Amino acid sequence: MRSCRDITALVSQGLDKKLSVSERLAIGLHVMMCSRCRNFQNQSQFIRKAAHRYTEQLQNRLDKKS
Amino acid sequence: MLLSAAMDTPNQLGEALLAEHRPVLFRYALLQLKDNELADDAVQETLLAAWQSSANFEGKAGLRTWLIGILKHKIADHWRRSAREVVTAEFDQIDNGEGEADEDAFFMSNGHWNGGPSTWNDPEAALKQQEFWAIYETCQNNLPPKMAKVFMLRELVGLEAEEVCRETGLSDANYWVTMHRARLRLRECLEIRWFNQSKTKKENNHA
Repeated sequence: MRSCRDITALVSQGLDKKLSVSERLAIGLHVMMCSRCRNFQNQSQFIRKAAHRYTEQLQNRLDKKS
Repeated sequence: MLLSAAMDTPNQLGEALLAEHRPVLFRYALLQLKDNELADDAVQETLLAAWQSSANFEGKAGLRTWLIGILKHKIADHWRRSAREVVTAEFDQIDNGEGEADEDAFFMSNGHWNGGPSTWNDPEAALKQQEFWAIYETCQNNLPPKMAKVFMLRELVGLEAEEVCRETGLSDANYWVTMHRARLRLRECLEIRWFNQSKTKKENNHA
């Protein structure tokens, strides 16, 4: 059984490359039972979304300034 | 036919091919110059320079890496002209391994969470609030410089993992560790400064 540290490391990697089937399975089984790692998974996806929006936000703010 | 062949030969890099990379280049420039117009100019100059010297493109490192290399020069030129050396390219400050040992505070020695993520209430709604973006920016700026650079190149500029490694000289293994830490830190910061805060606010309102 992998620890939360290992699972979150895999979740993080999964955002930047394609994971193997066994890695994805390990994540899936773990987050079924572990709400904190499930939260980490959702939240790191949310952070990605926020980061993408951030540059738009920045542009808008800079537009207003000038 | 002859004409188009003649036009193709000197520049194997067509405008369309170069223009594909415009958004990534623009975000890269914007994050450093913090000015829409300056960023746009730098990208324009970069694409023009690339187009003029496309014969120099060797294709080894990938087109985007080559373009970013040119863009970096344009940005450096800008700082030189405006003599604001202090601000010089946030991205190019290489620090000496600060913040290396702190990740373990997130987990106990057996790898279980120490504290750890609670459930966030309606994160989508946060994206629509101006105050959220101020908090987001603070959290992002609180990352150690090198970690911030790696995170921003990946998530804000939109480079692929291997491109980020090339840009920063990070090994594969270090890249994964750095991104893992960056996400743990950002998550915690947003939770403390925004999601838990808004929870207490709401509770106070109800009281």
